[in-house]
Amino acid sequence: MSEIPAELLYRESHEWVRDEGNGVVVVGISDHAQAALGDMVYVELPEPGMSYEQGEPCAVVESVKAASDAYAPVSGEIIENNSALEDSPELVNNDPYGDGWLFMVQMSKPEELDGLLSAEAYAELQDE
Amino acid sequence: MAYRTPLYDAHVAAGARLVNFAGWEMPINYGSQIEEHDHVRNDAGMFDVSHMTVVDIQGLEAREFLSRLLANDVAKLQTPGTALYSCMLNDSGGVLDDLIVYFFAEDWFRLVVNAATRDKGLAWLERQGAGFSIAVTEHHEMAIIAVQGPLAREKVVSLVPAGEAQALAELKPFNVHIAGELCVACTGYTGEDGFEIMLQGLHAEAFWNRLLGAGVAPCGLGARDTLRLEAGMNLYGQDMDEDVSPLVCGLAWTVAMKDDRDFIGRNALEKQKQEGVPQKLVGLVLEDRGVLRPGQKVVTSSGEGVTTSGGFSPTLQKAIALARVPARAGDSCEVEIRGKYLKARIVKPPFVRNGKVCEGIL
Repeated sequence: MSEIPAELLYRESHEWVRDEGNGVVVVGISDHAQAALGDMVYVELPEPGMSYEQGEPCAVVESVKAASDAYAPVSGEIIENNSALEDSPELVNNDPYGDGWLFMVQMSKPEELDGLLSAEAYAELQDE
Repeated sequence: MAYRTPLYDAHVAAGARLVNFAGWEMPINYGSQIEEHDHVRNDAGMFDVSHMTVVDIQGLEAREFLSRLLANDVAKLQTPGTALYSCMLNDSGGVLDDLIVYFFAEDWFRLVVNAATRDKGLAWLERQGAGFSIAVTEHHEMAIIAVQGPLAREKVVSLVPAGEAQALAELKPFNVHIAGELCVACTGYTGEDGFEIMLQGLHAEAFWNRLLGAGVAPCGLGARDTLRLEAGMNLYGQDMDEDVSPLVCGLAWTVAMKDDRDFIGRNALEKQKQEGVPQKLVGLVLEDRGVLRPGQKVVTSSGEGVTTSGGFSPTLQKAIALARVPARAGDSCEVEIRGKYLKARIVKPPFVRNGKVCEGIL
């Protein structure tokens, strides 16, 4: 069974979101997603300064199996990306909710958080 | 409902992630594909390849039939217990399948062919064999376990009766030895030493468990694919198919046409040779960051090509690929990945042999 921390929000496309306050969120992919994709070998991250609408593809996670898009779970501007993934993409497998985070967003529509899934709702989605 | 091999329960017990492969429910990995890959390069791993099709060709004209059927020449097989890699071509010289043919006796040869091409291949054997005094028998009941890696040989040897140990310890590449219920061939698809072991399906799980006990790690089709890619070995359906001649996919060395043997597809290959072989299969090593995948566009100074297999090489820690490019392509190219053109070097496969990166690859 995959880990789904209760304090995070989720999107159906398997991104997680952690609200840092001041309109900033940290984004990564869920434990379920990393396990399904397999060993990560390359992560392409959005550059700081780029802006994305909610649901737009903005990162690519490449595992031994395939390349998969990761989507912006909320609209806004990228303010930082996790440069450690450049040399250590396996952090996404080993610590998906910690050192394996992907990028930080300064939200332009904070109300979008209300539409994301709770841990409970995301867990139910996986049981289906 | 997908087919299951006799080792299905063993895979589930080992925590395998199962996928459908050519209609079979097969393990893609048992956790980390990269760990499985490294285990085969450094120690010993095993693969269930029971989905592959075992077909015996028996009868007075078995050799004559195979001499007509296969692009490689079974005349090279003169000692019982030897084997040969060959393509089976159609009339236009395209590759219908690649296989290993084992020679047991003048009236008994065995083919191991791909699972994905089983139906097409069997139909072809029936059709081409119609005029020959032979019988074609498929062995559904057999399982195949590939045990591969620098320590594979000693671990298998430790499990066989003392009387068979020496024969297996000394078994040479492309030789096969029948050790009791095990038909042990010194062949593989990883670039490492090791065996491919055919046995009755009902004995398969017990033998698998004994291999586990000897410290052989179960490995899935994912690691099998990255290992064979590093070893520069073609995958049927990706690096070649019915529309591709062995001369353009790096398999010219498996085509025996020095004498005038009349094998299926020969005329087409002669014609292609006369007109000039337009493409070649090469290895690519990506210099920029990214991952090579099958089907990416390759741009060389002599024209365009395409990657046919690609992925991340755990041994090189770089992305590598096999690619079909213009015959005159030089030693560098660019590969289009998501709209960007990334630099790659053109090299001669294999990338890795016996745990070591080959010369000229890095």
